Amino acid sequence: MTMRGKVAIENRLRTRGERVAFIPFVSAGDPNEEYSYQLILELAKFSDVIEIGVPYSDPLADGPVIQAGSLRALQAGMSFPKALSLIARVRVVTDIPIVLFTYVNPVIQYGPEHLMKSCIQVGVDGLIIPDLPYEESEEMRTLTNQYSLALIPLISLTSYDRIEKIAANATGFAYCVSSLGVTGERSTFVNNLEDFVRTVRQASPVPVAVGFGVSQPQHIKALSAFADAVIVGSALVRRCGDIDDALKQEDHEKAEKALADLIEFARTLALS
Amino acid sequence: MYPDEYGRFGEFGGKYVPETLMSALATLEADYDRLRNDPEFQKQLHFYLRDYSGRPTPLYFARHLTEYIGGAKIYLKREDLNHTGAHKINNTLGQGLLAKMTGKKRIVAETGAGQHGVASATVAALLGLQCTVFMGEEDMERQALNVFRMRLLGTEVIPARSGTKTLKDATNEAIRHWVEHVTDTYYVIGSVVGPHPYPMMVRDFQRVIGDETKQQILEQAGRLPDSIIACVGGGSNAMGIFYPFVKDASVQLIGIEAAGEGIETHHHAASIAKGSKGVLHGSMTLLLQDEYGQVQPAHSISAGLDYPGIGPEHAHLFTSKRASYEPISDREALDAFVTLTRVEGIIPALESAHAIAYAAKYAKTLPSDAIVVVNLSGRGDKDVHTVEQLLEGTL
Ligand SMILES: Cc1ncc(COP(=O)(O)O)c(C=O)c1O
Repeated sequence: MTMRGKVAIENRLRTRGERVAFIPFVSAGDPNEEYSYQLILELAKFSDVIEIGVPYSDPLADGPVIQAGSLRALQAGMSFPKALSLIARVRVVTDIPIVLFTYVNPVIQYGPEHLMKSCIQVGVDGLIIPDLPYEESEEMRTLTNQYSLALIPLISLTSYDRIEKIAANATGFAYCVSSLGVTGERSTFVNNLEDFVRTVRQASPVPVAVGFGVSQPQHIKALSAFADAVIVGSALVRRCGDIDDALKQEDHEKAEKALADLIEFARTLALS
Repeated sequence: MYPDEYGRFGEFGGKYVPETLMSALATLEADYDRLRNDPEFQKQLHFYLRDYSGRPTPLYFARHLTEYIGGAKIYLKREDLNHTGAHKINNTLGQGLLAKMTGKKRIVAETGAGQHGVASATVAALLGLQCTVFMGEEDMERQALNVFRMRLLGTEVIPARSGTKTLKDATNEAIRHWVEHVTDTYYVIGSVVGPHPYPMMVRDFQRVIGDETKQQILEQAGRLPDSIIACVGGGSNAMGIFYPFVKDASVQLIGIEAAGEGIETHHHAASIAKGSKGVLHGSMTLLLQDEYGQVQPAHSISAGLDYPGIGPEHAHLFTSKRASYEPISDREALDAFVTLTRVEGIIPALESAHAIAYAAKYAKTLPSDAIVVVNLSGRGDKDVHTVEQLLEGTL
């Protein structure tokens, strides 16, 4: 049996070789459940870890592109339990480590301990909760440790003297937020990004990933010098919007083409 | 004394925000802690509250309304007489000075009815700060006059087009904007909501309402009131008038929630009557949500009460049974709006009309020597257009 949970993520990122590891983000059920299922399985073929977002009504840390993806998924009927079932279907086919990205309120309503059990059951290996900062995370840290799941913390350019304690408690990987602001594609990064990532690396017992704004092959080449992994979200989710547009026009050929384009684009990034 | 060092009011409150904001919140906490005891800060705040906003606002014995209703004596705390027409300025003066004295050049705010937006824009003009306000697209239509006032004051008003296009989404957009500009921008939140230290800080800036009320009622009636009634959107005018009375056990504290078309329908903003525990806009509180934690849209005739959550300290006052919360419908508020206008010659904000409506119902059940104080949180000029459409042909 394959190893699951936080060690699955950590091992995968540690054994990436020369290449920087590639972590795509998609919203569960965007633009609908079937396309989402296909997309995740295709991404799994050339990615190292997959981050799957549970669509939420009030995604505070997300920019317009991922908000729109969330909305498409919600309108297509996605929900917290359905996202877990989708992952269970994916898990039958692939061993790739899966990280669930969810805001804290759905976790509270589902029940933190219940969520741990469901994660184990469907094959989720770790969690990212962007609005659960270190000070509020004690219960989740205890639970994820108890269930050997990862609780991946976000660390930002404004974390300053908080970096040490946050990174020291990271499991799975430490998520360096590469720009001020919400998720979204950006053309350039701040000058001190490398210093920031190196500071996190020193304090972190687990691999270090960089995300928020990463969207082009040259970004990934630059980041590979000092990051273990890159996370790409908005650049992919925007292309899910193209699939949705085609579906709305009932042009299924065009939708298939948009899906194929998305996968090709992601593959190019993964190989950068 | 609440909140504790984690910003908790019992089981509510805290800081549930993206990591990027955590250092800014810690700095804000330290700055506020220092300035609240700084004589120069207090001197300036008192100066502006008195000479700029017109404080103290009167506590007015509403004899005609009292006679019309027949029951307890009704007093109105006239926050409508503040500069810009609502209690919101008490808070924006405080936070504006805080921004100024900590060297910030830009402020960002959210607004529902536009009253907090106008109060922020006003203080920005006064103190020479640059100001950006997010306002739900739907609210921009309902409160077009306030949009123009803000622009006149030199503020940039940005429509919030996400989600329900009302206060909830304007708040999301303001927080997102703050995340992006956190190094040079101060976020002026408009109610006792959001992550710690905001609920505490806004309460502290609004408690002047309750402090004055206490002194005035002792002067005028020689004793504390039996009940204090205030409308609750996020809860700042209510928290402001309640807070100095929390330890006076004989004083009943009653918050009024917007019942919209009725709390048995899906169109209301009754976060206490119909909400459950969860996280909204950075704090643990009571909110309207479905079984999976998706925030549900609120509805109220009044844009300022059209909010699916409530400040964490109210959630605590409710669960600890120190305060009670009652629903008032769109229809009842509209009737009270007309009644107060006709009987006292005071046009209340639709938000405040909710408190008037409950006070009228409740005072009737009390003896004539009982005393009820209502917080008249704002004036109704901004709502005249809405009411005109609703009452078309009936006057
Ligand atoms: C006049 C007036 N009263 C009440 C409110 C509701 O806010 P809060 O509950 O914070 O007092 C508003 C908000 O816009 C308002 O303008």
